Amino acid sequence: MKEYQTINEVSGPLVFAEIDEPIGYGEMVEIELSGRGMRRGQVLESTDKFVAIQVFEGTTGIDKKCSVRFLGETLKMPVTGDLLGRVLDGSGQPIDGGPEIVPEDRRDIVGTAINPYAREYPREFIQTGISSIDGMNTLVRGQKLPLFSGAGLPHNEIALQIARQATVPEEDVGDGGSEFAVVFAAMGITAEEANEFMDDFERTGALERSVVFLNLADDPAVERTITPRLALTTAEYLAFDLNYHVLVILTDMTNYCEALREIGAAREEVPGRRGYPGYMYTDLSMLYERAGRIEGVEGSITQIPILTMPGDDDTHPIPDLTGYITEGQIYVDRELHSKGVEPPINVLPSLSRLMSEGIGEGLTRNDHSNVSDQLYAGYAEGRDLRALVNIVGREALSERDNTYLDFADRFEREFIQQGYETGRTIVETLSAGWNLLSMLPKTELNRIDESYIEKYYEENSESSEVEG
Amino acid sequence: MSQAKEKTIEDGIIKRVSGPVVSAAGLDAKMNDMVYVGDEGLMGEVIRIKDDLTTIQVYEETSGVSPGEPVENTGEPLSVDLGPGMLNSIYDGVQRPLAVLEGQLGAFLDRGVDAPGIDLEKKWGFKPTVKKGDEVNPGDIIGTVQETESIEHKVMIPPNFVGGKVVRIQKGEHTVVDEICELDSGEKITMRQKWPVRSPRPTKQKHTPTIPLVTGQRILDGLFPIAKGGTAAIPGPFGSGKTVTQHQLAKWSDADIIVYVGCGERGNEMTEVIEVFPELEDPKTGKALMSRTCLIANTSNMPVAARESCVYTGVTIAEYYRDMGYDVAVMADSTSRWAEAMREISSRLEEMPGEEGYPAYLSARLSAFYERAGLFTNLNETAGSISIVGAVSPPGGDFSEPVTQNTLRIVKTFWALDASLAERRHFPAINWNESYSLYRNQLDPWLRENVEDDWPDVRQWAVTTLAEEAKLQEIVQLVGKDALPEDQQLTLEVARYLREGFLQQNAYHDVDTYSEPGKTYLTFKAIQTFNDEAFKALSGGASIEQIQAIEAVPRLNRIGTASEYGEFIEQLEKEITDQLKELY
Repeated sequence: MKEYQTINEVSGPLVFAEIDEPIGYGEMVEIELSGRGMRRGQVLESTDKFVAIQVFEGTTGIDKKCSVRFLGETLKMPVTGDLLGRVLDGSGQPIDGGPEIVPEDRRDIVGTAINPYAREYPREFIQTGISSIDGMNTLVRGQKLPLFSGAGLPHNEIALQIARQATVPEEDVGDGGSEFAVVFAAMGITAEEANEFMDDFERTGALERSVVFLNLADDPAVERTITPRLALTTAEYLAFDLNYHVLVILTDMTNYCEALREIGAAREEVPGRRGYPGYMYTDLSMLYERAGRIEGVEGSITQIPILTMPGDDDTHPIPDLTGYITEGQIYVDRELHSKGVEPPINVLPSLSRLMSEGIGEGLTRNDHSNVSDQLYAGYAEGRDLRALVNIVGREALSERDNTYLDFADRFEREFIQQGYETGRTIVETLSAGWNLLSMLPKTELNRIDESYIEKYYEENSESSEVEG
Repeated sequence: MSQAKEKTIEDGIIKRVSGPVVSAAGLDAKMNDMVYVGDEGLMGEVIRIKDDLTTIQVYEETSGVSPGEPVENTGEPLSVDLGPGMLNSIYDGVQRPLAVLEGQLGAFLDRGVDAPGIDLEKKWGFKPTVKKGDEVNPGDIIGTVQETESIEHKVMIPPNFVGGKVVRIQKGEHTVVDEICELDSGEKITMRQKWPVRSPRPTKQKHTPTIPLVTGQRILDGLFPIAKGGTAAIPGPFGSGKTVTQHQLAKWSDADIIVYVGCGERGNEMTEVIEVFPELEDPKTGKALMSRTCLIANTSNMPVAARESCVYTGVTIAEYYRDMGYDVAVMADSTSRWAEAMREISSRLEEMPGEEGYPAYLSARLSAFYERAGLFTNLNETAGSISIVGAVSPPGGDFSEPVTQNTLRIVKTFWALDASLAERRHFPAINWNESYSLYRNQLDPWLRENVEDDWPDVRQWAVTTLAEEAKLQEIVQLVGKDALPEDQQLTLEVARYLREGFLQQNAYHDVDTYSEPGKTYLTFKAIQTFNDEAFKALSGGASIEQIQAIEAVPRLNRIGTASEYGEFIEQLEKEITDQLKELY
């Protein structure tokens, strides 16, 4: 292990040092602060004369006299099944006062791509108990489905509700789901938000089967770039070595991307859109693509990244690039939230790309996709008419249009609204859907196969009262 | 990928490593030469030479590579192996067979591994089509091999060889490296050819395409057709159905060979293709769809440099099959990822950026790529075509960004995907008012002859009706539908059936997923019949409410899912006509 005292520049999160023997790209570095502790970092650029080091815990206090040690290996995560139930900081050190972690293996945190040929296509329905997800944007095991949210919206409650209620029907009903594990990675969230998660995990006993990584708002921003990688390396070990079904919650991806931008700026890189680095797509994909299933392996990784869209703008680079990588997205909606709808999920822009393979006969129910399509079409039509009603009033609209207006209102009040503590089975969700669809005349149900209409249509459905 | 290691010219020494970009000194290399980087032998390509310093883009993750390690030059540009065995295969962006790699490495793709693009040991039954003494020229077919159940592989003299008289040709079971033919010019021919991916394979002449690539998708065949040998772009924001549309084209279009390039897209989507395609039947031959398909899968988390090269790998394989006289269709999903890979590498090279950080040569690269499409007379006088369909993923769905704009300047068919259609589950979410096809006129003679003589007229009627609807909808937004005169209300009603019964098509429905040209035409016709009869009824005194109440009309939306469509449509048209006639 070679030690140098050759730092010649400190700039933002970066330290430049001269060297006289080759250092590997991505190698780990320790910087000793003369008696005031130690910082860790990683080589970002390596030449035969100098290296650029990205320091995870911040560069405050580093001077030209500090000594730099190169560890000769890239960053590794010590993994073991004993990590379950533990709370770690953003760089993987235990902070729960528990015993030291004795690793079974040490894994490179960058991870390697899963060979698409070795993947198994995800088609196992996960029942989250939330109608707007199960019925309209079904989640399956091995999927990556982000929550697109905004500041001040209840995305954490939704993530917790999913973590609490998620089951796979007709499987291990009795044994308490011992196969199920949660990996939770917090990046730059407030201590209060973190407490919200921790309290819920403790209250429901979920902590025992969870691994928690906490990088809080006052922790160094650069550390955020490694926190999700540590978490996903742990998740891969739990899933593909120990056969757990792992649910990974990453929050808040917006803070992660801000950290990327900070490093990019410090390196004086040519910026891409809105100052984010041009390689952000590749960088994000190397996180998100670590979800999935592998053929012949029992375990799986399902990811729910959470991101808060700056200004609720989904064309902002962070949600935009995320949407191009993940298999759909769930929009948390401000308007529904202010109406008091819980959970306030706007199904129209939401999407689950893996839905069509995960539902239907033998998985959920054969009418599922038809019902979902028809609900979408009906709700979209009703929402469009709301704009018109503001101008011309209800009286000027035809009877058909009025029915669709009522349909949209009831859809929000009865189908989406359910509360954070209620779990609905998929059959309950579909029944709620049919109850609404039965408001419409049969001839309007053009997305539904006639045999299902015959079976499930409720002939004497009363249109409930119209909101005053 | 199988670059022969024997041709090493001279080794260099690494001076600098920054992500996928590595600089080396002392390397005697030409531009775009393939090199092996570091102790692990990572594959890379020379992208800049300055004084003694050679800059290399590395196709694999470079963690742990340090200055001082060697760089080995192969002296050859990045090339692909061409020969029997490419169909029914799946490759990464530099033609490493993923199935073979799984056998060697397990589920995760490690680095520094290499495997030949085609199986060097498998024996193929070679049937010569020329005999001793025949004169053959570069590009000529000298024999055939049954590559898959549906495709006969033609073995050709490589275009860069010298022609001559056949001295010896050997029938029978051979591997791709066995010598099967010898010419008096001294050339020894095997079934394996190598070709540098960045140079188009030569042809004799390029023609104007006149035959449509039938896709089985109503909105495409009916309104915005693409020619065999044509180019098309599908831009759309995420979630608007680019990939599903590309999959539908790969499944149902009537090309002989499909090359599907998954460029920087999702791993699970590629897995879907790998799992689903072998189970599907080719509607034309009834044989497995996979036996005419070659997949290139460079998912978003694979190294960025390999993403840059994967579209070239795909189109080079396509050109090889075109040379045999086949119609090949290339699906590139997504060309934006390819452009972003260029941008990423360009920025690591610290080049002066053009618009939105893309390199200034973006437009040149895009047009050079799409120019590799076309209808050709090959060197061996056969006719073959390459159609290219490129998906574009504009940031925020904004079509004014550079990749979309530069692509639109080149392609002749534009299928604009629309998020608001996708939101109401109108699929395929192709916006009929924004999309266009410049092939309509040159394809009409074929459609008149092979489907129905009035196809262009019926199409024009539909286009006019839909345009009329768009105009009327603006008024409806202001005053409501009931304020319109009855004939305009009826136009809206007809347009609604065009949207719901014709434009919408369910890719996941067993029957609806594929609509042959005859069915597409009759669907048009059925809606037109409703239009004509309803307007007659209206002028005969019937009210719009009465017409809307006709029981048979909503069944227009069920034509797509009807398997015995001929009978269904005939019956339906009769009922609609009869019921409307009762009104006046």
